[in-house]
Amino acid sequence: MIKISNLHASIDGKEILKGLNLEVKAGEIHAIMGPNGAGKSTLASVLAGREEYEVTQGTVDFDGKDLLDLSTEDRAREGLFLAFQYPIEIPGVSNINFLRTSLNEIREYRGEEQISAKDFLAKVKDKSALVELDSKLASRSVNEGFSGGEKKRNEIFQMAMLEPKLAILDETDSGLDIDALRIVASGVNKLKSDKNATIVITHYQRLLDYIIPDFVHVLYDGRIVKSGPKELALELEEKGYDWIKAEVEAH
Amino acid sequence: MGYTENELAKDLENQEYKFGFVTDIESDKAPNGLNEDIIRFISAKKNEPEWLLEHRLKAFATWKTMTEPTWAHVHYTKPNMQEICFYSAPKQTKKYESWDDVDPEMKETMKKLGISMEEQKRLTGVAVDFVMDSVSVATSFKAKLQELGIIFCSFSEAVQEHPELVRKHMGTVVPTSDNYYAALNSAVFTDGSFCYIPKGVRCPMELSTYFRINEGGTGQFERTLVVADEGSYVSYLEGCTAPQRDENQLHAAVVELIALENAEIKYSTVQNWYPGNKEGIGGIFNFVTKRGICERNAKISWTQVETGSAVTWKYPSCILKGDNSVGEFYSVAVTNNYQQADTGTKMIHLGKNTKSTIISKGISAGKSQNSYRGLVQIHKNASNARNFSQCDSLLMSDECGAHTFPYIECKNSSAKIEHEATTSKIGEDQIFYCQQRGINIEKAISLIVNGYCKEVLNQLPMEFAVEAQKLLEISLEGSVG
Repeated sequence: MIKISNLHASIDGKEILKGLNLEVKAGEIHAIMGPNGAGKSTLASVLAGREEYEVTQGTVDFDGKDLLDLSTEDRAREGLFLAFQYPIEIPGVSNINFLRTSLNEIREYRGEEQISAKDFLAKVKDKSALVELDSKLASRSVNEGFSGGEKKRNEIFQMAMLEPKLAILDETDSGLDIDALRIVASGVNKLKSDKNATIVITHYQRLLDYIIPDFVHVLYDGRIVKSGPKELALELEEKGYDWIKAEVEAH
Repeated sequence: MGYTENELAKDLENQEYKFGFVTDIESDKAPNGLNEDIIRFISAKKNEPEWLLEHRLKAFATWKTMTEPTWAHVHYTKPNMQEICFYSAPKQTKKYESWDDVDPEMKETMKKLGISMEEQKRLTGVAVDFVMDSVSVATSFKAKLQELGIIFCSFSEAVQEHPELVRKHMGTVVPTSDNYYAALNSAVFTDGSFCYIPKGVRCPMELSTYFRINEGGTGQFERTLVVADEGSYVSYLEGCTAPQRDENQLHAAVVELIALENAEIKYSTVQNWYPGNKEGIGGIFNFVTKRGICERNAKISWTQVETGSAVTWKYPSCILKGDNSVGEFYSVAVTNNYQQADTGTKMIHLGKNTKSTIISKGISAGKSQNSYRGLVQIHKNASNARNFSQCDSLLMSDECGAHTFPYIECKNSSAKIEHEATTSKIGEDQIFYCQQRGINIEKAISLIVNGYCKEVLNQLPMEFAVEAQKLLEISLEGSVG
């Protein structure tokens, strides 16, 4: 699905990613953990195509395409979805209108017809139930006046609507209470198939109680320094990151 | 990666003013310049009654004593009145009896403007009056309106056919001495639209006028007079375009609205005069006086989407004379490149329990300057008057300017006045968010801007709202890098 090789990226001349390697195959869930400032959110931004970041070295193959060569919107149209850590408000633009524009842009890129109003509304109904999103939120302005939990659920709702190949969840658990966390996680789990893949970026192990990863990676100082099965997350929760730092520095 | 500045620049090249064509129609012109003879010439051309000529000459005498106002936050070279042609009419010997008689070139012009009359007739039932250069050339749907006693015709025709109505109301809302441009207009106006809705009649269709300046070196000075008699209702639309020329052309219109007891007038404008090129050469000077008066329980609602003109100076206002009358002003003003706009409204509360709402959305891009200037005036006897004003500015570049000049004068302590204002810059985060959902940068901007203007666009009739959205998109293309 996605193969990241020796990825270096910097912002304002400061290198954040320093040779990152990662491969995610279809049907897999990967968790990326790591201390503050390790480069977790940078990785998400670089993959999504945020312009402030400059890729200085490395390649990213996304389902046979050179991801770094694609524009931000084409990456999305190819099936890369980023659930934002801080979802953005767009006053005056209804969630519905936003999503229909988005969905139709993606369909057009793929040479498909515009979705009919009827099919679209049926889909909205179906997918909003998945994350228990109040149907009223669908007609409100994008994220405007949403609570923190509603914003995150709205991200997963959008993900359900757009059906990406690869979803990157950037700290989706931050600011969620336990009920919201469960709802969001169950939404992600229901969307899982053998054709798509998910990268979960998180600080804490607790999200991984609900979204069970196939692999856990530790990102430290711009590189993945340790990978392992889901038990690695528990170990990190218990021992913190210091032992990893010590391990890295010993090398 | 993404949309490069070069691509943007290229796109911009290709997206110049799309109404910049010139129609090849012979026209009947007066010599350039302004003096009493020109005014007599215009009046004679139009076969006007003596009282109207006197009205013009009086206005001219007043105008000569006045100086061009300089208080607006705009800078431009003052038009030289002696170089302007004050009368230019498409050459024609007779009035059109039906749409079929209209000059094919003219029809082509309308098509280019996106107003296919045939289509409009069939699909929307909008009655259209079309004013090219200075003269009204076609009014559709007249017969249908006549059945209801509605008069909708060119101003010149009204002068001939309904002189009593014109004489009674003209100049009662905007007196000839009101301001420099209004005085000029009163002296030299050539045509425009007239509309009268009889007592208790609800006009069943949108009435619409398209204004177009075609001839070079001319000015356009049209007058619009809308009278809604007691208990009547009308929704009136106005659209404007002009060809692309290197010179500045002057447009100084006067619009007067009269809403008698319990009447309602909704007046919507989509103004897209040629804004000049990217370097700020050429474009229309749009110096317009628009004002309405409300009698008891009457309501006037102005909605404007202003995207064109090199310089705009325009304050559609309401005099809330009658008790319980209501005035509304919804405005989107977009400036790009070197455009300058100084626009807003005046709400004059005279009657008791009068209410006004002002929603102004300014969008500045490029190196443009966009100002909101508003006055809310509560007079001594206007008990329980209320006003709510919201003035938002959206900045699209680092080189543009947004300014707000709100004036409030209150002489009655029972009044309630609320004023809210915000200034924001279009967010890179918002654009990135849209792009991450597969929406390209141009569409993203259009989406965000439309969202920002939603409260105003919602006030426009359906087809007009669609046109306005498209215009916003065109006006702002390539404005964010």
